[in-house]
Amino acid sequence: MSPKSERRKQAETAVTYPLDWIEERTGLVGAIKYFLFRKVPSRTNWFQTLGSATLTAFLVQAITGVILAMYYKPDPDKAYESIQFITNDLTWGWLVRGMHRFGASVFIILMFFHMARVFLYGAYKYPREVNWMVGAALLILGMFEGFTGYLLPWDQTSYWASVVGINITGTGPFVGPFMAQILKAGAEINGDTLARFYSIHMLVLPGAIAVLIGLHLYLVIRLGVSNPPWGDDPEEEGEDEGPAREGLVKPTPRGNGK
Amino acid sequence: MDQSEHVPQSHAPALSLWPIGVAIGVACALVGLLVSWWIVAIGAGILLVCGALWIFDVSRDPKPEPAAAGPPAAGEHVARAAVGTQPATRKSFLAAMTLGLGAGIGALVTIPPMVFAGLPPFKKGQGFIDMEVDLGPLESFKEGEWLISKFNIAPSQGDVADRTAYVRYNGLLEREPSFTIISNRCVHLGCPVQANGPVSPAGTREFGAGQRKVEHTPVLPAGFGCPCHGGQYDTEGNRTAGPPVRALDRYAYEIRGGRVVLVGAFSVNEVENTGKDANIGKYRLAQPGIHVDGLEQVLYPFIPPS
Repeated sequence: MSPKSERRKQAETAVTYPLDWIEERTGLVGAIKYFLFRKVPSRTNWFQTLGSATLTAFLVQAITGVILAMYYKPDPDKAYESIQFITNDLTWGWLVRGMHRFGASVFIILMFFHMARVFLYGAYKYPREVNWMVGAALLILGMFEGFTGYLLPWDQTSYWASVVGINITGTGPFVGPFMAQILKAGAEINGDTLARFYSIHMLVLPGAIAVLIGLHLYLVIRLGVSNPPWGDDPEEEGEDEGPAREGLVKPTPRGNGK
Repeated sequence: MDQSEHVPQSHAPALSLWPIGVAIGVACALVGLLVSWWIVAIGAGILLVCGALWIFDVSRDPKPEPAAAGPPAAGEHVARAAVGTQPATRKSFLAAMTLGLGAGIGALVTIPPMVFAGLPPFKKGQGFIDMEVDLGPLESFKEGEWLISKFNIAPSQGDVADRTAYVRYNGLLEREPSFTIISNRCVHLGCPVQANGPVSPAGTREFGAGQRKVEHTPVLPAGFGCPCHGGQYDTEGNRTAGPPVRALDRYAYEIRGGRVVLVGAFSVNEVENTGKDANIGKYRLAQPGIHVDGLEQVLYPFIPPS
């Protein structure tokens, strides 16, 4: 044994010992390993990274949003000025606000691309229907994030866009007028409307989205990634067609049996 | 042998629901200390009654106990487990209590925030239409002249309560001054409608001061148009093109001491004729986009209080 490899051993121990310590007490290292190194079909391709991209976009929104909340003031007299202050005076405020503002569009666009991928690959079919539904709920909540966030700059565009959005809600049959009034925090738009939108935008919806993302990922890991619907690898075909895990019943093939 | 016979009896306290009543009585009495002596009395009553029943329950129990609690034969256990419709065991009772208490606590902490979020918007007085706005003296209106009138209907709310109306003095109708006062809120989705015609900023006159300031600017409208989705109206507020579902809303007014005062607002389905001869189809003020007449009105049977 050369002294170099001896040192190497020590270095390795220095890394593995704390990891083993954590693993023994929590099992988290194994869980993360299982998540990162789980098996995926061999024909998995770049389109299947759109979901991770969407998740990244959400994390960017969450982080930049939390920082923006430190400077933003949800008050009708101060909201516009505070955003001007963030953009023009604070160090890198323009950058963080820009990331949040344009990242919002990125998040929505990526959600649609991701949904298109899942649809075109038929990845919403058995046994992944519930994950499609969770994804649809995430899409709706994400759009609602966009709607509530749009009011916060409190300029003419955002004000009238929100007026229109609230009044569209108000035209819903039977309950529409009531929902609009709850959104407006009164019969007319007033000072509380902005605070209400701010609270929904930064607390209610992100919390719901985070919970649903957790469920979404849990189902991805539990059910596995689906193979693209093309290709002629019969062995893998059989593998992919089987039940996603033990205990699930394989459905009877219908139509052309594919 | 002694032990095995002894244990089930001493360790099986009587099943009783009265402790819950006792707890409610104590809680009620404590709340009463803050609220009213009557509540204390009621709480004490509940406490006494439930406590007495609890004691009665426990003291009465040992009689049936020996029969059920005798050392069970091996076969008896199997039979009991198989049937499934047995009186509550301690385990199932605790499970039900845990779930029930969890649901109860969940409801207790969830309902107040939901009510707090949902009901205040419907509180009377939150709406602005009760506000009265002084539009200025009668002499400042010329017959047949249209004015863009800007005012604030709730000074405490600040700029969000700024409103605009299009005002025209129609001359006297049966010795009473007649006005056409049309809200600029588009009845499609609430954007501000603009006058289709030249504005004369030079002729602007102002009344009042601060948040009570009213500004009149002469204009020559051929009609009104909405910039958002292209709704078009004639000078009486009737829809002539685009997506709006009814005619423009109007303000109700009164003449008080020679001044024009806005006293409310109402919705309109259609206006026949013009000016002081107008025949206005009045309805209770509705939000934009809502049909006040015709078949579609059945979609909006309840108008929220405001």
